[in-house]
Amino acid sequence: MARRQARRDGAAIMSALLSIDAVSKRFRGLLAVDNVSFRVAQGSIFAVIGPNGAGKTTLFNIIAGMSAPDRGSIAFAGERIEGLTPDEICRRGIGRTFQLVRPFPALSVEDNVAIGAMLHRHDPALARRRAHEVLKQLDLFGKRHQPASALTLPDRKRLEVARALATDPKLLLLDEVMAGLRPAETDRMVSVLTTLNRETGLTILLIEHVMRAVMALAARVLVLHHGAAIAEGAPEAVVREPAVVQSYLGAEAVD
Amino acid sequence: MIARLFEGVPRRGVALLSVLLVVLLAAPWMANDYLLTVLIIILYSAYTGQAWNVMMGFAGQLSLGHAIYVGLGGYAAAALYVHFGLGPWIGLAAAIAIAVACGAVIGFLAFRFGVGGVYFAILTIAFAEFARIGFDHFGWVGGSSGFFLPVANYTRNDLWNLRGNPTMFYYVMLALTVAAFGLCHVLLRSRVGYYWQAIREDEVAARSLGINTFRYKMYAVVISAGMTAVAGVFFAFYYNNLFPEQVFHISRSIELILGPIIGGIGTLFGPLIGAFLLTGLSESMQEILTALGLDAPGAKQVFYGLCLLVVVMALPEGVWPWLAGKLGVTVRRS
Repeated sequence: MARRQARRDGAAIMSALLSIDAVSKRFRGLLAVDNVSFRVAQGSIFAVIGPNGAGKTTLFNIIAGMSAPDRGSIAFAGERIEGLTPDEICRRGIGRTFQLVRPFPALSVEDNVAIGAMLHRHDPALARRRAHEVLKQLDLFGKRHQPASALTLPDRKRLEVARALATDPKLLLLDEVMAGLRPAETDRMVSVLTTLNRETGLTILLIEHVMRAVMALAARVLVLHHGAAIAEGAPEAVVREPAVVQSYLGAEAVD
Repeated sequence: MIARLFEGVPRRGVALLSVLLVVLLAAPWMANDYLLTVLIIILYSAYTGQAWNVMMGFAGQLSLGHAIYVGLGGYAAAALYVHFGLGPWIGLAAAIAIAVACGAVIGFLAFRFGVGGVYFAILTIAFAEFARIGFDHFGWVGGSSGFFLPVANYTRNDLWNLRGNPTMFYYVMLALTVAAFGLCHVLLRSRVGYYWQAIREDEVAARSLGINTFRYKMYAVVISAGMTAVAGVFFAFYYNNLFPEQVFHISRSIELILGPIIGGIGTLFGPLIGAFLLTGLSESMQEILTALGLDAPGAKQVFYGLCLLVVVMALPEGVWPWLAGKLGVTVRRS
């Protein structure tokens, strides 16, 4: 069974928590992800950017286990994970958010987060305690008794992050968590993520359109265009590369 | 332990629950035979509604064929009693095992091959219909002409063989209802209960939080099927007859789910309130009609329809969430 073929991969480089190796995915005629490779170092913040339709979400879904790659391999913490199911991916230590937020609407904010925390805490009382910590980090503690359906979009974005964090991931995958946030809210989210990264050593891989956040957060950036990686490096350098400016940012974005 | 069971439940809620329990315990001293029969039917539908609620209300998996578990449970225990002289308590184990196996097959087929929503509901109807037609031709248990247990001797109550007067049956059904209520309460507050609710609310999001949704949906089906089969055993020994066209009929499955829908899907009290409202009101309406000398066949069904209409329009969440708010017994957790 291909789904369960994860095995030890001794060749994985120790410092890379996540290694994407020559991953491709085709949807009929469209090559959505074209031979993409990159490594996310332990404890770093890594961003994937690119125009709409560049294949970012497809790549994200492959890492998160929503679909299997046609070719290539993915190693996480030294083990092959491509083709595993989303719940198996999560149990190995990868938490994710959804671009179009998916809260448990009828449940309270606290229950939403506590359910995430139950992955490693079978006692709901302990999970609730962990949920409280995370809710405080994400400024949602005061709203913990509200049903998730009552939250505003920025709060729902924060709830996505809180719920994923509650599973105690080693790697956090963020799918456009800044989209729809006001600049002040973006800055707040950036500071929360920076703090988490610095204080807990959490590794973060984000797909992001909001360049303000990418520039502030990421140590390395990968640019996708038509499914292929066209540039990779430090954000300041990447945004000045002509290919990136032409395909994605536009000249006015570099200021 | 006991304190933790009531954590977050307002004191008034505990008090009301105690009063309700005392009233139900004392009922046989106050009620006549007719009223006791009505109470047995109410508790029976509260119990089966509670069992169905585990699957639909907690885990979000709509079963429209729950009669299959009642029927399998009833036939299993009755067959063991009639053919092998084994009592209902041994039959109970067999009934649960058969219903659990049946639920596991339905659940496996549906969840392994991604059959969800409406299609899952249709699958549950299909299995109940298979059972109905199959038992029609199953001569060992009487086929379509029915399967009969030796009629009860009312001279003394025999709990071991479930032979006795209505008061005994009433207490058995009350015990089952209280046990189901307690079990659901514990389940809902444990990890499995939270995981079910996560699956009900958003299965994709649930998986991304590490929940093996296949496994937890299977737990829901299997627990619900096992609980429902217990009601089937009661049904067989209380009525002493089983007809495939009745026990497996889709109208039985529908009747079974009306209580929790009207009372409040996914709530602990919903099935209980729904059973009281539906059975209580329809029986009293029947009484009034009889007293007025009116003969109106099908009035019960029309009444069920009206109840459903009113509740769906006025209280789409069901009666209990609204009633709990009025009584001030909404559970709050800190």
